[in-house]
Formats: sequence, structure tokens, C-alpha cells
Amino acid sequence: MTDLSTNYLGIKLKNPLVASASPLSKNIEMAKALEDAGIAAIVMYSLFEEQITHESNALDYFLTRGNESYAEALTYFPMFKDYNIGPEKYVRFIADIKASVNIPVIGSLNGVSSGGWIDYARKIEEAGADALELNIYYIPTAGDLTTNELEDAQVELVADIRSQVKIPLAVKLSPFYSALPNFAGRLVAAGANGLVLFNRFYQPDIDVQTLEVVPSLELSNSYDLRLPLRWVAILSDQLKADLALTSGVHNEEDVLKAMMAGAKVVEIASELILNGPARATEILTAMEAWMVEYEYQSITQMQGSMSHRSVAEPAAFERANYMKALQSFDRRINYPKALQGD
Amino acid sequence: MSNKITIDANEAVARVAYRVNEVIAIYPITPSSGMGEFADAWSAQDLKNIWGTVPLVAEMQSEGGAAGAVHGALQTGSLTTTFTASQGLLLMIPNMFKIAGELTPTVFHVSARSIATHALSIFGDHSDIMAARSTGWSFLGARSVQEAHDFALIATAASLKSRLPFVHFFDGFRTSHEINKISELSEADMVAMIDDDLVYAHRSRALSPDHPVLRGTAQNPDVFFQAREAVNQYYDDCPQIVQDAMDKFAELSGRRYHLFDYYGPQDADRVIILMGSGAETVEETAKFLNHKGEKVGVITIHLFRPFSVKHLMAALPASVKSIAVLDRTKEPGATGEPLLGDVISALFEGKALGIAPFEQLPVVIGGRYGLSSKEFTPAMVKGVFDELKKDTPKNHFTIGINDDLTFTSLMYDALFSIADPRTTRCVFFGLGADGTVGANKNSIKIIGEETENGAQGYFVYDSKKSGSVTISHLRFGPGDIRAPYQIGIGEANFVACHQFNFLERLDVLKYAEENAVFLLNSIYGPDEVWKHLPEEVQEVIIARNLRFYVIDAYEVAQKTGMGGRVNTIMQTCFFAISGVLPRDEAIEQIKYSIKKTYGKRGEAVVEQNFAAVDHTLANLHQVKVPLVASSEIQRRESVSDKAPAFVRNVLGPMLAFEGDDVPVSALPHDGTFPTATSQYEKRNISLEIPVWDEDICIQCGKCAFVCPHAVIRMKVYDKSYLSDAPETFKAIEAKFKGVPGTKFTIQVAPEDCTGCGLCVEVCPAKNKSKVGLKAINMAPQPPLRESESRNWDYFLSIPDIERADIETNTVKNSQLLRPLFEFSGACAGCGETPYVKLLSQLFGDRTIVANATGCSSIYGGNLPTTPWAVDSVGRGPAWSNSLFEDNAEFGLGMRLTVDRQTEFANELVRKLADSIGSDLAEEILGADQSTDAGINLQRDRVKELKQRLASDSSRDVKQLLSLADFLVKKTIWIVGGDGWAYDIGYGGLDHVLASGRNINVLVLDTEVYSNTGGQASKATPRAAVAKFAANGKPLPKKDLGMIAMAYGYVYVAKVAMGANDAQTLKAFKEAEAFDGPSLIIAYSHCIAHGIDMRKGLEQQKLAVQSGVWPLYRYNPDFIALNRNPFNIDSRDPSIPVEDYAYNETRYRMLLQSDETRAEKLMDEARGDVSKRWELYKQMAAMDYNTAKKNEEE
Repeated sequence: MTDLSTNYLGIKLKNPLVASASPLSKNIEMAKALEDAGIAAIVMYSLFEEQITHESNALDYFLTRGNESYAEALTYFPMFKDYNIGPEKYVRFIADIKASVNIPVIGSLNGVSSGGWIDYARKIEEAGADALELNIYYIPTAGDLTTNELEDAQVELVADIRSQVKIPLAVKLSPFYSALPNFAGRLVAAGANGLVLFNRFYQPDIDVQTLEVVPSLELSNSYDLRLPLRWVAILSDQLKADLALTSGVHNEEDVLKAMMAGAKVVEIASELILNGPARATEILTAMEAWMVEYEYQSITQMQGSMSHRSVAEPAAFERANYMKALQSFDRRINYPKALQGD
Repeated sequence: MSNKITIDANEAVARVAYRVNEVIAIYPITPSSGMGEFADAWSAQDLKNIWGTVPLVAEMQSEGGAAGAVHGALQTGSLTTTFTASQGLLLMIPNMFKIAGELTPTVFHVSARSIATHALSIFGDHSDIMAARSTGWSFLGARSVQEAHDFALIATAASLKSRLPFVHFFDGFRTSHEINKISELSEADMVAMIDDDLVYAHRSRALSPDHPVLRGTAQNPDVFFQAREAVNQYYDDCPQIVQDAMDKFAELSGRRYHLFDYYGPQDADRVIILMGSGAETVEETAKFLNHKGEKVGVITIHLFRPFSVKHLMAALPASVKSIAVLDRTKEPGATGEPLLGDVISALFEGKALGIAPFEQLPVVIGGRYGLSSKEFTPAMVKGVFDELKKDTPKNHFTIGINDDLTFTSLMYDALFSIADPRTTRCVFFGLGADGTVGANKNSIKIIGEETENGAQGYFVYDSKKSGSVTISHLRFGPGDIRAPYQIGIGEANFVACHQFNFLERLDVLKYAEENAVFLLNSIYGPDEVWKHLPEEVQEVIIARNLRFYVIDAYEVAQKTGMGGRVNTIMQTCFFAISGVLPRDEAIEQIKYSIKKTYGKRGEAVVEQNFAAVDHTLANLHQVKVPLVASSEIQRRESVSDKAPAFVRNVLGPMLAFEGDDVPVSALPHDGTFPTATSQYEKRNISLEIPVWDEDICIQCGKCAFVCPHAVIRMKVYDKSYLSDAPETFKAIEAKFKGVPGTKFTIQVAPEDCTGCGLCVEVCPAKNKSKVGLKAINMAPQPPLRESESRNWDYFLSIPDIERADIETNTVKNSQLLRPLFEFSGACAGCGETPYVKLLSQLFGDRTIVANATGCSSIYGGNLPTTPWAVDSVGRGPAWSNSLFEDNAEFGLGMRLTVDRQTEFANELVRKLADSIGSDLAEEILGADQSTDAGINLQRDRVKELKQRLASDSSRDVKQLLSLADFLVKKTIWIVGGDGWAYDIGYGGLDHVLASGRNINVLVLDTEVYSNTGGQASKATPRAAVAKFAANGKPLPKKDLGMIAMAYGYVYVAKVAMGANDAQTLKAFKEAEAFDGPSLIIAYSHCIAHGIDMRKGLEQQKLAVQSGVWPLYRYNPDFIALNRNPFNIDSRDPSIPVEDYAYNETRYRMLLQSDETRAEKLMDEARGDVSKRWELYKQMAAMDYNTAKKNEEE
């Protein structure tokens, strides 16, 4: 019998397939379907402090704007006793999902202020989340913000949250750090139990007709796996923390690659959004079949088997790989005849 | 010990009325709307009445409808109430006669307000009460917030007992909107006052098929009279029943009232009799005067009907020698105002019956005061008492105005003051937008509820909806604050000015007493500010030894994320300086209050306000005041000296808040005012204005098209006009086909712009090197003010294009026409005014406008200055507002005149053809006036006709000359909002559309009653939250256009200029050209939608794209051409409804409060959209080609 189970953040999971933070977790019925399809854990969609702050300010602004200006219309809206502004709705939803499924549920949080991060993290813990994924989604645009300042602040944040909550913490990172291994190590030292590689940003596009910047979010494809795959391979040897690979996991082979590189789990969303939760069953079945065929007994057996240090040529994950790839690409270019040598 | 609360009278009354009723029928009208809003919100929150059930609150289509619903609910046994005022009460009168005739207990709570006569006024007096006094109802008048709270209960108890219906009234605004600290009635008090047995008795009289009776018969000469007399005993008994209820109430609450409350010594020689809030002023003044040794008294009439002679006689002191009866109403042509007549009659009757306390009848005079919330001050009261000392005091006097025409007014010493030295009096000047009033309401609640002090707040607003000035009057001190009048000149201990630029135009410090504190929000620090103050301000600061503080609240607000709202910051300063509470405690209370006010909107808002509080004190500085005034800056005149005399002398003082000083002789006698006056009020309310980038501009005209305030203009002109243009005046080569002139300019009126930014949003031309910039961009106003003002003046001097010289069927060409509606006081970014302006551009020279009451009548006709304007030859729209409910009929009446007079003029032309000249006569009679050119030619002909007939004095010629202008086409536009068109005026609108007459109706559809603060109408869409639909409207929007189309001969168009400006233009032109009734329903984004007004046009686009607002035109002329008259002008819905709706607070707030209901309603709203779209598509696909069909058959 092939053993698909894995350990992630100190939690034993029946297999390494985790539903990543996405709209998939906005609906209890969907969560149940994911569980039924074999998904081992669910990461909730992210709670964005910035959004809550924005909604709160916007509500206040629009309820107040124009008030007390003209004697006949001192206000424009009826009084409400209460609003669901704030993390409460999200927190309630975690509790609801927890009550509806038997697999672990991992909260996901994107804060702005350190107070917000800590406060919301505590609330998510209180709601019964089995772990918390910190979604450090931040685009540094200020020219005077140094790498050190940014990294110090994020490390401090993780330490602060670690000191306030007891559930396991994972940190979801962007790939854009100058010295990722060092930074990753600092996060782990600050108390992160795991890292999720990597965050998939909303990449704005430009509409050349309207001359407007338009938000867009493309679903991933298997090619996107390459970036996290490399870094999982590099980091899995160095860190005493569990790694989750996310971005580009679409089939059983992608999962196997992730495990071999050293990930404890993969987080998957695009494939399930495209093809429905039942796709998880197909991937798991195919994985198991592959493992049977190639005589792997367990997932743990393959985890890290092709990490940076485990492979015969570690340089394959390094710069040489880049050079080689470029050369091979060069051969594929169709040069105009005039530029071709005789 | 009863609970103390600090609230206004509308809330104080609603708290009782809601608890002692089962059915509440409501309709918005200022100043009573607040009561209905409270009732609706509480009902939505399932708050129960004293019997443990939630009252049913139903909004009706008019006050007439509300009264009818009340009547029906009463007849079937419910305890029922309503709230109203003014015209609303008038609409209830027919039912009131019925309700009284049927001896039905109920209470209508009325915030008494002026009735529209020569002008509408939203403010308070007793003209509505007096107009309803013959209905057979009892009238119980309260004079303060506490009394209004108490009398709401006493009236209900007495009504149940007496079986007479009661009007419980209190002064609109002065009491309805005054915040005061009162003792709250407990539920136990209410239960004790309302006798359940009387409730059962009321129910037992109800109509029921289980014990049927018939009520509402028709009676004849034989018995009607006798039956009418059968009610007498109820009226005889009522006064004592009310007194008994008052006595019982006194036992419960400790507050004792009488039908006629006398205050004064028993040997008083002079007495004033009156009712309402003014009575409190008289009583406080009498106390002051008696303390000084005078012998004066006051009788407050609480029970005005039934008027009890016996009780009045018992209240009057035997010593009284002279009486002044003060009426807060005017009854022209009567022997005196109503109360005067009642008192005189009562005195005679009392004497005749031998129950009068005096031997000799006192001298009685009557006077008018306080119309439309005119201030009624202790100084005026003293003036009246002084008059009563005279041997022959003036009768039928007025007090508080300068009547220099018929000399009715009494002189008085305006500086006389009874201000209590123990009371702190504070005056705050703010902008509507800066939150000053909200903060002061908060402060007065803090003081009222957290200290032992009595507390009072009253708030004065100006007549504009954007950039409006607010003045807050706050009093607090030991004991109750009984001063229902504003803080007077030189009476304030504390004056705050929250906007620095007010000092330039308003006499802010006139309120300051010696040694008062002056707090100024200033971008200049304590060392800099002095030299930036106008000289007049410096002089007062020095002369009155003011303690002067400054804070840069803008900076603190910016740093703490508060934007332009300086409210919390200035509030913190007020508490810090005034010392009403220890500083730390004050800050703790402000924070508590912030948490209470904003907490439910989220922690972020609370934190932001906390930050503002915390950053304030470090920025508050006392200014060292120099010994002499040295400023080179002087206060500005409110209007330019180039303005016409009437504008300077009458409107000017009004603009400077000095309108109280305008004498009677200066005002028009019949409410007729010149148009085109808004151009003289340079408000400078925007910190940013649009600036034209001529290099980028594609001359599309969209910026001018959408500008709500007509501050962006464009002209094509001959290049010769540029020869003496100012240096910074911009011009480019014109790109207009068939338009005379080669140069083109877009010019902004820098001092009239409200900075809404709609022009920038709509501009399609982007700077290719920096796409964030367009052909029009916002830039700071102050550095541009002077140069752009010069450019604006120069621009105006370039002649307008002749409307007959261009085709106006494109958006860009239409904007070459001069707007004849400009610089209104509408909200910045208003969604209505661009349509109104377009109408004025296209047809203004020949238009008469009938305007329903509402936003458009307020920004269109609220003094001081008004926006309807004239063209270069003095033609322009003539405008009038009749009522809210009758506007369609009012407009039809205008059409009837035009039709009749035109026909009569034609008859006379035919008859006088020989004198006129047969060629000219024929040309006139056969003129084609379908184009501007045709109309111009006809004007020339009529001019010629007048010249030819000038020397003929025959009767027919005189008749023709007085009617000749009707030979030129006249257009009637009937304009109003959805509250009018869908609800209160719908019956009339339907009839007028059905009349077939050539009228044009423009419905400015904001989907709520915008002017009264956003109450739901039948235009409100499903799922939107509005006042009176606090749970989200559960039913879809009425399809007014579909109803009108059902006639088959009405032109109907649905437009949204933000989605399709060309379609809007086309619809306006087609509607006017259609020889029959036309209806245009125009999507008007509104502040009441809770949107970023700058994105208003974008929302219009989304409304259309989502199918929420399909665009169409229905042209009956096509039917005769075998064409389908119905044409859909928008595409199939392409975005989900929620992508449009959830950009708006009115939809979002339901999602944020009750997600389940929001999702259910949104789901249904989607269904509404798709069903309607399918129906429209089927209609548009119908084959009208009957000829073809006949052939086929």
C-alpha cells in the first residue's frame, strides 16, 4: 500500500495536496467538495487588513459625506444598528468551515499594521484554525526603503505574531528577495514553522486602447512550477522548516517534482478552479499509480530526494543551468538569412 | 430619577409616538422627516412598542395618502399616527375633517412650518397649524424639546379618552431640530398614561364584518346639521380631559402643565399671550424684567383647540391692563391673526359669563412675529412689553423686522440681552463638508450626558448644497437651558471659525463678547497668522480683548488620514480651551463618543479619529495679540459693485448672513425676482479647478456637456477677438464643420467651479506622453484665480454664437450654445443639473419651466442668488415652482395658456391681416418654427408686426400687441424629481401625459427623495437601502416609461448622459420637436447613492451596461410610418448587476449589515433586470409594418 501521507507544520496530512488560498475556500459547499475529492487541508482565502480598513473608511466616508450641509437633508442614509465591517465575518467563516469538514483548515492573513496582524492572527487562532499562513503581500515602491529595513520589519512581524499565537505559522513569500536563503532562515529563526513558495501576485496589465492599467490575474500553468521548484530544492536542505510549493501545480508529475525537491505539501488552486475539485482525485490516483509503477512506498521517501544537495550536480539548480538553457534557446531562434553564417 | 438624554424634538417625539402606536404611515417633509426616519429605522430593527409588538411603518405616496392610510387603519381599530408639516398638513385636511367627524382618536405630530405663499420656506411658524384649525381636531402645542416629548404622550392619552383626534405641534427647526437635555419618559410612564381599556374601546368601534356597521354615509338637509351638533359634548369635555391627563402626567414625571400656563406675578399689568417656542423666550424675558422691578406676565397656550374660555380666564391675573397676543402666522385681510381673534372673543365671553378675573376689559393688541423661523429674541419681547406700556399701543404690529412700507413694526433695542452669566455660549462657523455640525452635536451630547450642566445646540445652515456655511450655537450651564433663539451679537464667550477664508467675507466675530475666546483653524502658525487677518478682525480681537488661539487643523487632518474633515480636531480644541470638562476627562469622553458614533463602521475609523484627537493639542497655540491693527487686508463685499442695484442691496446682505436687516420695502411684493443672479456670487469654494490643455484637446465638448455648474464653456469665434485677449487666454484652431469662426477656446469660471472633477473623468483625450493627464486636468485654484478670472471675463465678452447659425445635433455643437442655467448651489458633481443645463442651452430662449418642489427647485430657486440665466439679448427660461404634488398640472396650465393665447393671436392676425399686410400676416400664420432659424425669422416678423401696428389703437390691435409674443414658439418644460413623478405627482403627471398636449416632462431620477435626505420613492430599485426602506427595498422600481408608453401617443425616452451623451441629446431634441406630450427619464447620480461623485458618469455607464438602466426612445410619430416606435439604444447587458450596484453605498451597506438579505434581494434584482430586458427586446422586435402585413394577407 502506497503511503501518501505527509507532515506539514506539525500536522499529519493524508496526502500532500492542499487547497491554496483562493476563492475556492469562500464557500462551505466547495470546501466539502474539496475534502470529498481528497484534498488534505484547506488554506482559507486571505483576510486583507487593508481591505477591511478601506471598507471601514469608505463606509464612514459615504455615510457621512454631504451630511449637515443643508437643512432639509442633514443625512442621506438610514441608521443601522450594526455593520459586518472587520475580521468578524472571516473569523466566523473559519469556524463554520471547521465545523463542516474534517480536514485541517489553515487561516491566511495579509496585514498592514503590526497591530492589525497580531489582532487578526489571534482572532483566527481563536476561531479554531489549525495553522496560520502569513501572506506577506507587499510591493515596495518607495525609493528610500532599503532591503534591510524591509526584511527586518518582516522578520520582526513574524516574531511578534509568534509570541502571540500558539498555532503553527507558515509564511508565504514572494520570490523577489535578494538573498532568499538568508532571509528565509531569519524567518524560521523568528518562529516560522514553514514557508510557502511563492506568492502569486496580481500582475497589472496595460490596455493600449484605453491607455489604462488594468488588473489581471492569470491562472498558473505547469511552467510556473519551475521557479518555486528551484527554491524549494535550494531551501529544503537549509531550513528547519516545512516547505509548501505553490504556483504551477497542475498534475501528478508537478506534485511529485515538488516532493522530490523537498516540499512537504503543494498548494493547488488554478487547476481546481479550471477543472473542478474532482481533479484532485484524479491527481492523487495518478500519483499513486506512478508511485506504484516506480515502486515508491511513500511520499516521505521521495521528499527531498532531488533537493539541491541531494542531486548529483547541485549546479543544475544554479547559474550553469541558466547558461545552458540560454544556449539551447539560442539554437531555436530563426535568424534571418542575412545574419546566418555560411 | 429619570434618565437624562440630549436629543432633538423630532427624536424626542418619535420615541413616544413609536411606542404608543401600532401603525405609522409616513411621508417625508421637512422638518418632520426625522420622526418618520426614526420610526422606520426602529421598526426595521424590530424595536417593540409598549404592548410588545413591532409597529408597522408604511411609506405612502403623499401626505394625502398617509392621511388616507391613517384613516383606514384607525377605522379598523389600530392605534395609528403620522408625522408631517406645512403643505403636508394641508394635504391631510380633507381626511382630518373625516377623522374628527367620526370621533376617532389619533395624534398627528406636526413640526410646524410655513406654508408656501409668495415663496416656499422650510422653516418654522404656525401658518400650517392655523390652516388646519377648523378641522375639528384638538391642537396641543409644545414649546420646547422636553414639552414635545411629554406632550406626545399626553396628547395620545387625552385623544383616547376624549375620542377627539389631536394635532401635537411644536416649532419646526427651532424645536424639532434643537438639541436639548431632557428627562426621558420611561416605558412605565407610557404604560401608566395609556389606559388599555380605552385602547380596547377604540378597537371595539372598529369596522369588522363580525359586527358590521356603516360609517361615512351621505346625509341630506334633513339631518346633517343636527348630526354635526351631536359632537358638542366631546368638545366641551376635552379641555378637562387634557388637564386631567396633564395632572396624571405630573404625578408620574413631576412636570406640571396646564392648558394655559401663566407665569408672572399676580399683580402683573402687562401680559403677552402666545404659543410655541416663543412663549419660553417671553417667560425667560419676563423673569428678567420682573427681577428688575417690572410687572409683566406671559400666558403660554398649550391647548389651542378646543379653546377653553374658562381655563384662560382662570389663568389670567386680575390686575392685567394690557395684553399683546402674538401670532406666528399671517392671515392677510382678517381682523387680526387667529390667536388674537380667539383671545378677544374669549375675553368678551369670559366677561359676559362673569368668569373674567378683571372688572374692566384690558387693552388687547395683536402682533406677528417669527415667520419662517425669523429670530424671536428677548430684545423683541421687551419691545412688545414696552409697547404695552403705551396709552395707545400699536395694534396689528410686527416685531423683528423693519417694515418701512406700512410701518407695522415695533422698534426695539436689539442689543438688549438676558444672557445668563452662568451659561457658556459658543458659536462655531464651519463648512457643511468639514463636519463641524456633527462634532458640535457630539459635544453637546457629551456635555449634556456627562456633566450636570444643561445643554442646548441649534444649527443654522445656508441655502446651498455645496460649499455651504454652517453656524452652530451651543449653550451649556447650570440648570435647564431655556433659550429658543440664537446666541446674539456680543453674547458668545467662545467663537470658533473652522475655515480661515470665512474671515474674508463674514463678520464672524460679531458674536464675541469682551474677553471671549476666539479659535481659528489656520494654515498660518501663531507667529504668522496676525498679518493674514483682515483689518476688521484684528480690530475686534484687540478692542474686545479676545483670547486668540490657532490650530492648523488641515495639517493634523491630513497627517491622521481625516482628509478635509477637521471636526474631531476642532472639537478637541474646544474642549481643551473651554474647560467645560477637565482636559483628560474631555479627551476620554471624546474618544468614548467616537467609539460610540463610529465604532460600528469599523475599528479603522475609530483609530483614525483617535489619532486626530491625540495629535491635536500639540498643534494648538495661543496667539500673542499685538496692540494695534495693522492689516492691509479688508473684508470683501459679498457681491461685486458691478452687480445690479437689487443684487447689491438685497441679495448682497443675504449672502453676508445679514438678510435679517433687509427692510420690507426692498423686497418684491409678489415673490417675483430677476433671473441670472448667481453670476454675481463668486463663491470660490473649490481648492482645485480644471485647467484646459489645448494641445491635447480634441474639441469633443464632453467636458462642457457634463459640467453640473456650467463653469466650463466653449466658444468658436473669429480670430479678430484675440487681438486684445489677456496674455494667458488660450485659443486654438477650431475644428467645427459649418460653424462660423476659426478659433476655439474652452474657458473655466474659476470662482464658480465646485471642483467636482466630472469634466476630467469624462475627457476622452489622454496625453500620449503621460496618460495620467488629459485635455482637462485639475490644478490648485488660488494661483490661477486672478488670471483665470480675467480670462473668464474676456471669454464672456466674445459674442455667443447665434443658435440659428449652427446645427445642434452633435454633442460638441450643442455646447457652443450658452447655458442659461449656471452656477447653481447644487451638490458638487450633481447628476441632475447637467440635464437641466442642456435643456436651457437647447431651448432656453423660448422655455417656461414648471418645477416641482425638490432638489431642482432648491438649487433652481432658493435665494439669495438663482441660476436661471439670460442670453445676450435678455431672453431665457422663465421659471416657477407651484407645489410638490401639482407640478405636471401647473405645467399643463402654462401650455393651455400658450395654446389659447397663440390661437387667439392667430385669430387676431387673420382678422387684422389688412392692417398688418397680408403677406406678413400669411408668413406669420404659416411660419415653420421647427428650427432655431425658423423661430428667429418669426421673431423678426413679429417685431415687424408690432412696428406696423404701433400707431393703431383699436381694441383688436391692442389685444394682438399684448399677445403677439405668443406667435413665436414657446416650449413648456415640466421638471421634477422621482419623488414627484413616481409618487406624489404621479396622478397629475399621468393626466397631463394623457392630455395629448405639447408638453415636455423631464424627470431627474435619483431614485430617492434627494432633497429631504434620501427617502425611498417608487423609483428606488430593489435591493437599494434608503430611508424609509432601511432593510433594502424589497420590490422593484416602477417602470414609469412603460406606463407612459402604454398610451401609445406619448414620446418617452430613458437617458443616462454618462452612458450615451449623443442619445441624451437626441432624446431632448426629439422630445421638444414632438407635437404632443413627451417624457424623458434621466438617470441622475446623486450624493444619496453614496458614491464618489467624481465617478457619477462611470456609474451611469455601468448602470446601462448591467441592464439596470436600459436606454431607449419611444417615438409615436413612427407608428404612422409603419415603424416600430420603440428603439432600444443600449446593448444587451454585459456585466453583472452587482458590478454596478456594489460600487454604491446604498447597495453595499445592506451587504455589510445583512448579507443574506442583500444576496436575496440582489438575486431578485438580477431577475428584474433580465425580465425587463427580455420584454423590451420583444417590444423592439415587434413588426409595425401594417401595410406589408396587409399585402401579405
